[in-house]
Amino acid sequence: MSKRVGIEVSIAISEAVGLARAEVIPAYPITPQTHIVEHLSEMVANGQLDAEFVPVESEHAAMSCCCGAAAAGARVFTSSSSQGLSLMSEILYIPSTMRLPMVMVVANRAMSAPISIWNDHQDIMVQRDIGWIQTFAENGQEAVDLTIHAFKVAENRNVSLPMIVNIDGFTLSHVIEPIELPDQEDVDKYLPPFKPRYKLDPRRPITMGPVGIPEVYTEAKVAHAMAMKNSRRYILKAWKEFEEVFGRKYEPVETYRTEDAEVLLVGMGSICETAMTAVDEMRDQGQKVGLLKIRLWRPFPAQEFRKAVGKTKILAAIDRCLPPGAVCGPVGAELRSMFYKIPGAPKIFSFVAGLGGRDVTVSRFEEIVDKARAYAKKRPRELYEVIGVREK
Amino acid sequence: MIPEFEKFKGFKAKSMPKEEPLACGHRACQGCGEVLALRMVMKALGKDVIVCSATGCMEIISSPYPHTAWNVPWIHIAFENAAAVASGVESARKVLKRKKKIPKKHVDILAVGGDGATGDIGLQWISGAMERGHDFLYVCLDNEAYMNTGVQRSGCTPYGAMTTTSPPGKQSFGQVTWKKNIPAIMVAHNIPYVATASPAYFLDLMNKVKKAALVKGPAYVHIFSPCPTGWGSAGERSVEFARLAVETKVFPLYEVIEGRYIMSRKIKKAKPVTEYLKGQKRFRHLDEAHVDYIQKRVDAEYEKLLRLSEMT
Repeated sequence: MSKRVGIEVSIAISEAVGLARAEVIPAYPITPQTHIVEHLSEMVANGQLDAEFVPVESEHAAMSCCCGAAAAGARVFTSSSSQGLSLMSEILYIPSTMRLPMVMVVANRAMSAPISIWNDHQDIMVQRDIGWIQTFAENGQEAVDLTIHAFKVAENRNVSLPMIVNIDGFTLSHVIEPIELPDQEDVDKYLPPFKPRYKLDPRRPITMGPVGIPEVYTEAKVAHAMAMKNSRRYILKAWKEFEEVFGRKYEPVETYRTEDAEVLLVGMGSICETAMTAVDEMRDQGQKVGLLKIRLWRPFPAQEFRKAVGKTKILAAIDRCLPPGAVCGPVGAELRSMFYKIPGAPKIFSFVAGLGGRDVTVSRFEEIVDKARAYAKKRPRELYEVIGVREK
Repeated sequence: MIPEFEKFKGFKAKSMPKEEPLACGHRACQGCGEVLALRMVMKALGKDVIVCSATGCMEIISSPYPHTAWNVPWIHIAFENAAAVASGVESARKVLKRKKKIPKKHVDILAVGGDGATGDIGLQWISGAMERGHDFLYVCLDNEAYMNTGVQRSGCTPYGAMTTTSPPGKQSFGQVTWKKNIPAIMVAHNIPYVATASPAYFLDLMNKVKKAALVKGPAYVHIFSPCPTGWGSAGERSVEFARLAVETKVFPLYEVIEGRYIMSRKIKKAKPVTEYLKGQKRFRHLDEAHVDYIQKRVDAEYEKLLRLSEMT
């Protein structure tokens, strides 16, 4: 029987990685990811997990080591955050086009400067286009479930792509939550051993990572983009199977009280929990407000998203990322381009909030909804607005 | 002494391995000393090997898709990280063997890179892999500059040499620094085996590579690799220059086994460095004073090495 325990989310993620029987774990410590890799090294040290924990000298080496291990045919896990994720950046593009499956949990954290160990989504938005499948967890249970799901999707031979599970640093990584940890038996049933189609093996030599001359480079990149697009159905299938085995249902876009909504908040990650409370309060006041949670960020589930929006005419997209000089944050931009010139498309307003660990409180969501309603009547002067900036 | 060496009798010119893990037909320049060295490395290792290559000449000449010169499993990820990739391969094989998912048979893991990939941009990755003690060998093919990008200076470029980023001019005589001593940095990691080698002494080279593979834990072989294109030397003289570098004490051959320095070839009557320098366009601008300095420094460095071999 699976057991429900009060456990720190980071520890629960490590336990999930253990249940998934990861085999090589190259890792370099960075706040707020540390508890995940600390506990994994402990699990390897005490024999709970039969794996190689490789304490590499940098995140760049961690990702390089992941590539070697995945190419040699092992189930690979690592975890990082912020500056560390950026240090990996050069390598992140490589396993995805080389179709090397691996799973990384990113404990999302702000980017320097000024240096900040606290939570927002700027680190992962820098890596938006690395060609990894990316999901966002809203709470500890999701973090655990999405981690197990990620191995299933990444290693599917029809997918064969690396996958990132985003969890908000501190807000999720360092809190204790009641979490149902699955049984080993169930996880084994859900997740069979990794059998790569190709691997580095002297019995059947292959060349991996060759030079892409202009005659083949475009095709290699298009093949990657197609794999990403096609992965959608296997992501959904793996969630369906997850529901059958573990009883918890996941969808690429989740709706909360969206029926007859005039305004929909759109968010990702742990702020959705507060947003739900805000929606409840606004509903109590008689406001027709709902929430859309983007769980699958790449490939972007446009079809599901449009369906979830339904007939709602006002969307308030919340980004936890501020790209200076851009027309708006990445979530806002994604929605605007998705609905561009579509008849009956909703009006989309872009808000930036919760940077560098600043809490987005219930009243902030109310402020966002009020502003979105006002802007629907009178166009705002700016294409996005940062919420909660102190003037003094 | 290292027990794995006891059974190894060394390669013989008469009974060279026939296998060519690195096939001919690759796109290296005529007279390339680096690919010659790499071919010998691969002959010494045979077919039970996984190669992790850094970006560089040897990577691009051997793998323009859909062609490959590799008859053994080979992977290239990026420039600086071949040692970290090899760490991953080694770790994966360790756990997969434990779980009985792959055969127990030993497979050598080779990481290979040029002098830039090894001593400059990749130093941290190599240091990390050596310090962690992975069972692999790292081979540096040192052609003394960034040849793949068009002959820019590296930390391994010799004193006085002209490169495209150390050009001689009114204010400069070429490379102003002495060649970085990468083998010494590897020795400082307390790894069991470090050696220098040259394609001019091919049996010595192959024996050292084999020993590096046999030893348990990390091993490092630094191979001098003449580059006619980058050095402005005649392609047919590459082996000659490799030999002259040893005979003039410019590139001494030695092993460091468990910290003990052993000279592979003691040069009793060294040829003057001028014999090595002339015939290479990269040195032709040097005046007598600079050549004198090179001679003195080469002699001093060699003395230092001899003292190390006597001390250890």
